[in-house]
Amino acid sequence: MPIEVSHLTHCYSEGSALRTVALDDVSFRIENGEFVGIIGHTGSGKSTLVQHLNGLLKPTSGQVLVDGEDLNGEHVNRRALRQHIGLVFQYPEYQLFEETVAKDIAFGPKNQGLTAAEIDERVRYAMECVHLDYQKYAERSPFELSGGQMRRVAIAGVLAMKPSVLILDEPTAGLDPRGRDRILGMLEELHARENVTILMVSHSMDDMARLASRLIVMSDGKVVADGTPREIFMQEDMMTSIGLDIPEAARLCARLRAKGYDLPADLFRPEQLKEQLLRIWKEGSAC
Amino acid sequence: MLNNITMGQYYPVDSKVHRLDPRIKLILTIVFIVIVFMAKTFLGYAVILGFVWLTARLANVPFRMLLRGLKPLRIIIILTFLLNLFFTTGETVWVQFWVIRITKEGFLQAAFYSLRLIFLVIGTSLLTLTTSPVSLSDGIEILLSPLKVIHFPAHELAMMMTIALRFIPTLLEETDKIMKAQMARGADFESGNLLSRAKAMVPLLVPLFVSAFRRAGDLAMAMESRCYHGGEGRTRLRVLKLTRNDWIACGAMAALLALIILEGIFL
Repeated sequence: MPIEVSHLTHCYSEGSALRTVALDDVSFRIENGEFVGIIGHTGSGKSTLVQHLNGLLKPTSGQVLVDGEDLNGEHVNRRALRQHIGLVFQYPEYQLFEETVAKDIAFGPKNQGLTAAEIDERVRYAMECVHLDYQKYAERSPFELSGGQMRRVAIAGVLAMKPSVLILDEPTAGLDPRGRDRILGMLEELHARENVTILMVSHSMDDMARLASRLIVMSDGKVVADGTPREIFMQEDMMTSIGLDIPEAARLCARLRAKGYDLPADLFRPEQLKEQLLRIWKEGSAC
Repeated sequence: MLNNITMGQYYPVDSKVHRLDPRIKLILTIVFIVIVFMAKTFLGYAVILGFVWLTARLANVPFRMLLRGLKPLRIIIILTFLLNLFFTTGETVWVQFWVIRITKEGFLQAAFYSLRLIFLVIGTSLLTLTTSPVSLSDGIEILLSPLKVIHFPAHELAMMMTIALRFIPTLLEETDKIMKAQMARGADFESGNLLSRAKAMVPLLVPLFVSAFRRAGDLAMAMESRCYHGGEGRTRLRVLKLTRNDWIACGAMAALLALIILEGIFL
């Protein structure tokens, strides 16, 4: 399902002293199977934007078109559409409520009106996606799991609806490196295996460098840049001017280049940098 | 969805009225309520209306915001008007139709009582619109502190109020977020009969309670680790001091009181 956002504007508390413009004339289009990263400083409108993409917020003006259909049109079944566009909120573990992990994951499919057998199959599928052992965890209470596990249960709760577009708002916030790696690996796999379109909001440029095939940069409710990670991360000045970093590897690369090392300008992944450094090292030792 | 509920309807602009001492504002509001009850004629109400209008102007609060405070009470106000209109006995009959009998006295009394309610609401709204919840509970704490002699927990009460008020927006935001998260999973809060609607609240209430308790625990821990031990010997960051404007406000209210007393004697 391609998603098209055109001239989207959103104001909070319209018509009062507290009026704030959260989104200002935002336009872009997302094709099937893309892995898009949305980056921006706190308060740049990222979270507001993703809530528009499945109709939880209504635009003040502008449109969100899903499959060519206006999400806020009069005769659109928003509940049905929402199930194709899975949205994982920030800290999704706070939405868990059931007695067991399996029941909690089943909440979404149950709302879709599936049969008991289908629901069970979906729960197993979703738990497998997030690497939680069905035998071991299905009957446990979600509240006795670790933070990282709870988050994976919550993400499974959205995946169980088999959305064709998955939107995640800061899925790795507040997790330790291992928990973060797990989630990112899981998303990578999901994107490769099921060809799910993924839209991820994040602060972490390193996460983005690893996963995204396209980046949308937001600042003050506006899209300030839209392109491949390579294009974006080469504009270090623009990124620092809106309060963002470039990935660790890209920064190191830039500093080494400044010292006269022969490195390409467009490195932003640790593995790429490692390869190049090894090459230089070998050439150096060959002499 | 939930952002049209304004809790603690503080209107955050800067003005002379906003900067008044919360203690003075609390006392003056109580005096104002007494004045509204003392007024006996429409002329008195005209004076009060002028006073309220002037205060609202000074406070930079649009009149629309004041009227918004009336909305939840509109049924009571309308009911008061209608009951007085139909059931007051009087001489000058205006309309007589079947069992309905509207007299001039009835109409005047109905208008008078409804106006009284409206003034009470507007007067107290002015207090809550111009005083932030925190300084309001500060004011309440100080005004109640003489009662500490009889072991009335003034500080604890004010602290509880402050915390409760502080967390209302947080919990509202949380509710909004959980609601949206469950809606993203296909939950339906809006349709169905009473039973299925009540059942639909479970996925909302359980996470909300869990997070409220978690927050309460965190807050208690944070307060204790900063050596909070109750009100005894505690000093304040913002010491309340009376300024010239506070005395002017008192003078203005005293003038209004005097006018209304004179009105009671001479009219």
